[in-house]
Amino acid sequence: MEVPILRQGNYLIATIQATLSDAALLKLRDELVERVGKSRARGVVLDVTVLDVMDSFTTRTLRAIAHMTKLRGARTIIVGIQPEVAFAMTQLGITLEGVETALDLDGGLAALRHGTKGGGDRAR
Amino acid sequence: MREKTEGLAAAQSTGEAARGMVRELVTHFREKRDALRRQWVEQMTAKGLLAGLTPQETETESIVIYDTCVGCLETGQYDGAQAYATRMAERGILQGMTTDQIIGGLLTLRDVYGRSLFERYQREMARLSAALDVYEPVANRILSIVAMAFIEEREKVVREEREKVVRLQQEVIRELSTPVLQLREGVLILPIIGGIDTQRARQLTEGLLRAIRANRARVVVMDITGVPGVDSKVANHLLQTVQAARLMGASVIVTGLSAEVAQTLVAIGVDLSKLNTLSDLQSGIEEADRLVGYSVTKTSETAARNPRT
Repeated sequence: MEVPILRQGNYLIATIQATLSDAALLKLRDELVERVGKSRARGVVLDVTVLDVMDSFTTRTLRAIAHMTKLRGARTIIVGIQPEVAFAMTQLGITLEGVETALDLDGGLAALRHGTKGGGDRAR
Repeated sequence: MREKTEGLAAAQSTGEAARGMVRELVTHFREKRDALRRQWVEQMTAKGLLAGLTPQETETESIVIYDTCVGCLETGQYDGAQAYATRMAERGILQGMTTDQIIGGLLTLRDVYGRSLFERYQREMARLSAALDVYEPVANRILSIVAMAFIEEREKVVREEREKVVRLQQEVIRELSTPVLQLREGVLILPIIGGIDTQRARQLTEGLLRAIRANRARVVVMDITGVPGVDSKVANHLLQTVQAARLMGASVIVTGLSAEVAQTLVAIGVDLSKLNTLSDLQSGIEEADRLVGYSVTKTSETAARNPRT
């Protein structure tokens, strides 16, 4: 399942459409890191609304994407984590430390535009 | 040794006699079934013990009770009586029948049986006493079974009532104590009052996450002034709530850590460096405003002095 990567001004938007296999996730990672440089993007919004499970591999890959794009000069914001998913993740001790998050696509873009660190941003 | 054998033989013969007597009594009660039962129902009616029962119910129930009692006498097994008593107890409570009615009814039945034995054996004192020896333990046992069933049922009902009340109260307390309030657009306040256990922490977190999505909140001010005894467990729960909110894109400011709480947490070595903490609710709200981009200004000095004008 391909994840479409759209360009919106200076930003890239990748919306995951269905549950991804590990291979597809890695492919998304490679493609995003590639595209960030090619399109000179300043920010990436990665929408995970449809995911109803976030396992450790997914989280690790998302974190890797955030860190890699950062090195290429673009902030990545993960958006659309559902309440149930967020709750389950904290129960399992999975936290997206050091990765910016926002409520939804809108919130993510707003955070990028204002240059403010979005809501749950504390990159510690 | 010899004495023992004799004793055994004697016991056997008494056992034999008792069994014979049981058979005799059972036959007697079966023969006189209709007459005795009618007598019993009449006496109960006279005592007003059948209030609330239709004649038909009286008829069927009395037959069942009569036969169950004779059955106990015949087999020496009380399972039937036990089951029936439990059923009666459940029904009796539900229909508002009093213990008085049930126990009174059984006492009457006991009298009826006893009197019929007197009539039958009044000329043979020895046999009467043998009959009573067989009959009375059975009657007493049945009565105690029924009485126990009733007491247990009453206790069960009382206990259930009490548990229901406690459960309701707990629910009310829980719901009252964790409201999530919107302060401004994008800012929520979560005042926590009362202790936090695992279950409450879960509820609180779920409620907060739902509110974050519903209100599109970016900052949450969590005030824990009203949480007594913040220890490592509570701190851990709070930490999880904060992390969950963060995953939804909202940052959390924890306020209301008193000096004592701060000292305790540091002393027991809880690491709250991941938390954005402030001393009181006011500074929490100010920080939240700053994060979301609001600024609050006083419009004029006069208005501040006379808030009503």
